[in-house]
Amino acid sequence: MTYLIQNWRSVGSLLGEHLWLTLSALAIALVIAVPTSILLVRVPRLRGPVLGLLGILYTIPSLSLLVLLIPLLGLGYWPAVVTLVIYAQLVLVRNLVVGMTEIDAAILEAANGMGMNGWQRLIIVEFPLALPLMLAGLRIATLSTIGIATIAAFINAGGLGVLLFDGVRSSNQEKIVAGALAVSLLAFGANALLRQAERWSRRGLDA
Amino acid sequence: MSMLVADELTKQFPGESQPAVDAVSFTVEPGEFIVLLGPSGCGKTTLLKMINRLYEPTSGRFFIEGVDARDMPVTALRRRIGYAIQQTGLFPHLRIAQNIAVVPRLLGWSNDRIEARIDALLDLVGLPREFRQRYPRQLSGGQQQRVGLARALAADPAMMLMDEPFGALDAITRTRLQDELMAIQRKLHKTILFVTHDIEEALRLADRVMVMKDGRIIQFAPPLMLLAQPEDPFVAELTGASDLLRQLSLITVERALAHPGLQPSTDETADLTPLHPQDDLRLALTRLLSVGDEGLVVVEDGRMCGRLTLNHLQAVLRDTALLGAQR
Repeated sequence: MTYLIQNWRSVGSLLGEHLWLTLSALAIALVIAVPTSILLVRVPRLRGPVLGLLGILYTIPSLSLLVLLIPLLGLGYWPAVVTLVIYAQLVLVRNLVVGMTEIDAAILEAANGMGMNGWQRLIIVEFPLALPLMLAGLRIATLSTIGIATIAAFINAGGLGVLLFDGVRSSNQEKIVAGALAVSLLAFGANALLRQAERWSRRGLDA
Repeated sequence: MSMLVADELTKQFPGESQPAVDAVSFTVEPGEFIVLLGPSGCGKTTLLKMINRLYEPTSGRFFIEGVDARDMPVTALRRRIGYAIQQTGLFPHLRIAQNIAVVPRLLGWSNDRIEARIDALLDLVGLPREFRQRYPRQLSGGQQQRVGLARALAADPAMMLMDEPFGALDAITRTRLQDELMAIQRKLHKTILFVTHDIEEALRLADRVMVMKDGRIIQFAPPLMLLAQPEDPFVAELTGASDLLRQLSLITVERALAHPGLQPSTDETADLTPLHPQDDLRLALTRLLSVGDEGLVVVEDGRMCGRLTLNHLQAVLRDTALLGAQR
């Protein structure tokens, strides 16, 4: 605790790095996952192969993937972001696909029968109805991204993992506890925020 | 001009031995209430869904107000045809007002016009305006179906397609909604195509009933004609054509009184429960059975306009039986 208070400046900047790494990775992950999911919903025969591939990528241990990317992308921010994006894909795509394919057929028929085109149906009906499951996926992806981003300090990507690795190297208990505490607080905060968003997205759905 | 003309409409689903709808031709005039009736698998829903092109016909054509439906963009076609289905298909994440506003918004109406329209429609279908802000799940099945009706009517389409809209409701709610749909129809004169497998509902609502079986139209006629002149044993069995009570329920007191073979009686004896010209003869019969020979007074706008006796009922039934025997 005293370490946290005495070094709030450096811990703060590490927290900032961690947050930036997490948010940018999630943003890129969403930009990839959303169109991929729409494609999988519209072309059902792609679902099996694509989800299978994402499943295989998800099973690679995160530390190995980080290290494997060093020859390609070197050290630092970019290999870390690439790794985080890859891990987030499975949960994001799977939840969004399930959310959109499980919409009641009568609702989609009504949407078509009223004269919505494909985009209108997506924006007015399918996305909002898939949103609760999608946000549940985003929450899980966020928590695992925060966790894996800690390991990314190992390849010089910065973040709160730096405190942990430094602490272990120099046998500094204070540093380790401070790092662990900061990461946990970040995870708890993100979890609470996204739970609230999920609850908001379910309004009307379980009255 | 006819509202809808179908010319040899056919739908063959891949992998099926028989076409679901088999070279069906018919014409519907503006303002007609048409009920498509038949057992499940007869093709009635398939036919309905070809009209808003949820199913594309395998062959054949159809024209809406003289225009070939294939010459219209499919979304434009659907926005000018109201569509209501049994499961309501209400969007659960949208409030009632937003649900009703969907088609007007797609059509780009101004906000003021949409808001006024929502209020008018809630009034029309008998829902309180406070329901605007509710979600569909907060409403009962009957109330949801009313919203479905309001939503189908939202952009004031000339034609409405209704696929067993009251099928999932309890008997009391269903009857009430049928009454209100008829009242709305008397006000708005829409052209309605209404699918059901419920014979009572068909006879009650329809100007003409299209009886379907195995993808074909067996008979397309007004309810009383189906009973009096079934063109096929299937129709007779389906409608219970031999059921005199059912026939009586389709004829009004007014019509029996106007029967040419009988002198209108103007005897002025007071009667506690007078009939009205629009009452059906089934109701009249149950009352007649309790009063006996002297008959029942018929009152319109507080003034007596005739006296109905069992003779009237017999004369009318004889007519419909004769119609049947001529064939």
